[in-house]
Amino acid sequence: MTFTDLMPASPEIVLLLMICVVLISDVFISDDKRIVTFWTSIASLALTAWSLFASAPEARTLLFDGSYVSDPLSQLLKLAAVGMVALGFLYSRDYLKQNELLRGEFFLLGLFGLLGIMIMISANSMLTMYLGLETLSLSLYALVAFERNSARAAEAAMKYFVLGAIASGALLYGISWIYGVTGTLQFDQIALVLEQNPAMNALPLWFGIAFLIVGMAFKFGAVPFHMWLPDVYEGARSPVTLYIASAPKLAALALVLRFLMEGFGDLHEVWQGMIMVVAVLSLVIGNVVAIAQTNIKRMLGYSAIAHVGFILLAIFTGTEQGYGAAVFYTLTYVIMAAGAFGMVILLSRKGFEAEAIGDFKGLNARSPWFALMMLFFMFGMAGVPPWVGFFAKLNVINAVLDAGFPGLAILMVVASVVGAYYYLRVIWYMYFETGEDTSVFQAKLDTRAVLSVNGIAVLALGIMPGWLLKLCIDVIQ
Amino acid sequence: MHSFHLTIVLAPLAAAIIAGLFGRQIGRAGAHWITILGVGLSFVLSVLVLKNLYWDGGAAENYNLYTWAVSDGLRMEVGFLIDRLSALMMVVVTFVSLMVHIYTVGYMKDDAGYQRFFSYISLFTFSMLMLVMSNNFLQLFFGWEAVGLVSYLLIGFWYTKESAIFANLKAFLVNRVGDFGFILGIAGVVTFTNSLDYATVFANADSIAAQNIEIFAGTPWNAISVICILLFIGAMGKSAQAPLHVWLPDSMEGPTPISALIHAATMVTAGIFMVARMSPLFELSETALAVVIVIGAFTAFFMGLLGIVQNDIKRVIAYSTLSQLGYMTVALGASAYGAAIFHLMTHAFFKALLFLAAGSVIIALHHEQDIRKMGGLKKYLPITYWTALIGSLALIGFPGSAGFFSKDALIEAVRDSHWLGQGPIYWIAYLSVLLGVFVTALYSFRLFFLVFHGKERMDDEVKSHVHETPWVITAPLILLAIPSAIIGWFTIEPVLFGGFFGDAIVVTSAHDVLGRMGEEFHGSWNFLKHSFVAGPVFYLAAAGVFTAWFLYLKRPELPAKIATRFSAIYRLLEQKYYFDDLWIKGFAGGGRRIGQFLWTRGDEQLIDGVLVNGTANSVARLATTLRHLQTGYLYHYAFAMVIALTLFLGWLLWMH
Repeated sequence: MTFTDLMPASPEIVLLLMICVVLISDVFISDDKRIVTFWTSIASLALTAWSLFASAPEARTLLFDGSYVSDPLSQLLKLAAVGMVALGFLYSRDYLKQNELLRGEFFLLGLFGLLGIMIMISANSMLTMYLGLETLSLSLYALVAFERNSARAAEAAMKYFVLGAIASGALLYGISWIYGVTGTLQFDQIALVLEQNPAMNALPLWFGIAFLIVGMAFKFGAVPFHMWLPDVYEGARSPVTLYIASAPKLAALALVLRFLMEGFGDLHEVWQGMIMVVAVLSLVIGNVVAIAQTNIKRMLGYSAIAHVGFILLAIFTGTEQGYGAAVFYTLTYVIMAAGAFGMVILLSRKGFEAEAIGDFKGLNARSPWFALMMLFFMFGMAGVPPWVGFFAKLNVINAVLDAGFPGLAILMVVASVVGAYYYLRVIWYMYFETGEDTSVFQAKLDTRAVLSVNGIAVLALGIMPGWLLKLCIDVIQ
Repeated sequence: MHSFHLTIVLAPLAAAIIAGLFGRQIGRAGAHWITILGVGLSFVLSVLVLKNLYWDGGAAENYNLYTWAVSDGLRMEVGFLIDRLSALMMVVVTFVSLMVHIYTVGYMKDDAGYQRFFSYISLFTFSMLMLVMSNNFLQLFFGWEAVGLVSYLLIGFWYTKESAIFANLKAFLVNRVGDFGFILGIAGVVTFTNSLDYATVFANADSIAAQNIEIFAGTPWNAISVICILLFIGAMGKSAQAPLHVWLPDSMEGPTPISALIHAATMVTAGIFMVARMSPLFELSETALAVVIVIGAFTAFFMGLLGIVQNDIKRVIAYSTLSQLGYMTVALGASAYGAAIFHLMTHAFFKALLFLAAGSVIIALHHEQDIRKMGGLKKYLPITYWTALIGSLALIGFPGSAGFFSKDALIEAVRDSHWLGQGPIYWIAYLSVLLGVFVTALYSFRLFFLVFHGKERMDDEVKSHVHETPWVITAPLILLAIPSAIIGWFTIEPVLFGGFFGDAIVVTSAHDVLGRMGEEFHGSWNFLKHSFVAGPVFYLAAAGVFTAWFLYLKRPELPAKIATRFSAIYRLLEQKYYFDDLWIKGFAGGGRRIGQFLWTRGDEQLIDGVLVNGTANSVARLATTLRHLQTGYLYHYAFAMVIALTLFLGWLLWMH
């Protein structure tokens, strides 16, 4: 094996090297120059993105004895993940600085998390997947608790950690059952072995799958494995919430797709029922409980649960169309979620977290432009045409209909209508209520510009969704 | 000629746009000059078109200008059909419109909405021309609705006046009823011919007549009868035939020039014109013609009676208009389309004249409209007096006047129309138009005597200011008085008996009453002499004038006594046969009650209350309940996960 053989894995390698650079350089930087760490982190992300392009293999390539795969799907998801992390860093910088939280740990843990995400995305064996998952999860636990003397954050991190440990345990246990039955760790090999030995399709394997689904549902935050999610979203600092709400969803999608699509695609009937149950529960509970929330981070948390319901229903269909719709939905959702949390961060300032939905009252009077951007994010999430969320939902509903489940399609539409309520409430507050807070935003120009681009993208992608949709279908095939 | 046609239509439109949108920039004088020039140009060109068609023997033209849309083989086009029928209408419309434009300069002198007014009346002229020049049903409908819209705008021209707003809403709503029938009729035409084009539809008239339509299962109706009656319902709305006439008297809330132009001379005759234009269809359905004649007869006689008890100068003339429109409708029903159009033309002149004369009186008396507060105005307003006399004589059909020729010919045509036989419909129609002559003379000269003769009943304050109106007002009066007096002499022979309309109007030979009359027609002079001996028409009119003189000049205390003596009849007339109550309390009130019920019960309680808010409330309750599942305790969370996992495993076991 030569270095050129390792080329497909260069994004991870580059990122890991850069993490080391950031880690060491951060040690030698005094607190007032911490901004350097921010820029080196951004540079690391840029290098990673560049190496993603530079190293893109022409076809699906396996590395490290088949435990690592580089394919169009991984390219797309990794690029999105790098972008999301970069967005998160950009939105967070001024906030962290004002709250005296601008420390190297935030960026380092973020980069480590990204490394985990990328490993998960490129995993072709169950153990690589687990490795990535733990890298990500440990970074996230630490990130949540990163404000050391906040009791709220500590509580959230503790809950996250304990429940995450249970979920990881379940996943690992499931992996061991599957390995025990099939004798292989690689997803493509599992599919092959199962095809050759239909007798293996029996209860022990199914048990393994059930445990796997617990792990996946936890990672995605699907009901009833969702309970950590609102608490963590609320307990963590807004930049951390933004991070958790965006890039890791891509990792969760990769987790599900690699296992269920690549490994157990032919055992569709076995996992279909369980996925449907968690998806429907997520859809209903997420949308309904979001209505009762007064904290916007919690509300967006329940909204995330509801969106996960959509993504899982797309996967539930077990068709290429459905998988494509799931990829499209996840990509566009994370863009909207990043923007929405970006707005929460934008509204916050030193000693003040814009956590209550009421903090958005009268935003239009303060800043018509950013009220408009928030409107874009809310309309996007609610699925109002022509914002991109509409097409995301439409694709999923189409896929479900084509798979022959009109009842589920109706449920999705009804749930979306219920969900529209709490998104519209934010818009109502912004435009038709007057707020007490009239202070100016403290974010820098570049942050505002990126947030604006983010908002416009939600609209632009909705007006021209064709290319991205085609891309999502292509990477699945 | 094509460029002429287009200019005729577009000149008033352009003027309307300029006066309407740039009224402030061009000022008052600019607004009236541009619109008068636009309509004047249209008038001159219309005369040239008529000259070309009649004296120079030009052929009728039928062509399309523009295809708007083609949908499933149905072509929607803009085009012109210029034959003698439309050319005659164009001349009448543009002439009266021109007179009214000039008159308006004086009448609206002090009004704040001067430019707006000119813009509207020019827009009206455009719309009316589009209507009469159309060669297809779609454009006809466009013009039909456009004149309705402008009428609405102009009745409510003084939009701060509550009665004007009520009147324009009423006019609009009543016309909607008619228009609904009209568009259903057009839909019927399209259903059976898949075409909107007149020529195509008329060519297929026989095939429509051969088919039945079953609107209610088990009762097949002849398709052409259904279509014609529906189209006629549209005409009833626009031409104010009972029971859809209620809007016309109220429309007098608009400025007087509008009453003259729209609500007397032109727009209200659109229904008459339309039926005449559709003669190839109506001729095939005696059912429809019977409906037409009965409705017309009722309107002609009973609306005339109402004119006797009105005290508002404009309303008297408005009821007179209703009655005269009834005459025209009767003529249509008797298949004497030519007589209807002929009466339409003469009526346009003398009725516009009467309205403008009334407007002159109103202006002279500073917007006093109650005839009980007038009297003896002859010496103050000599020009108005003489022109109004000519108009009134024309209206009652005084021998030699324009109205005489048209009305006498009309009555004779009804008398001789054979297809009616000698049944009740014949007698209803004939007696209505005959007795209507007496009524017409009575209310016309009641008005005339009360306004211009007798005691002066104005306040001294008003009396000291009364003087003849300026030339912009009197000039149109004179210009309208001339055709009112003499046009019948020259036109009766060519228009009625000379085959003037050619192919524009189709009459089956069995119905052709005018053709038979033509065989016995020997010049206007003989027609005049003949009228003294042939029937009671002249004597009825004379009796009407005499009665008016006796009651209102000789014994002015008598009318009040008669009113108390026959109080039941008087009340019936005063309440206009309760038609307003039927519509306002019955249909509108009933509609409002149904709406109120559906709103409070259906919308507020059921849909909003139970469905919308009920759902929202249940969801909100569910949300508050469900959020308690999120206890915050770690062991609850873990427990939920474990339970779910256990259920999954149990499910798989069960599946196994």
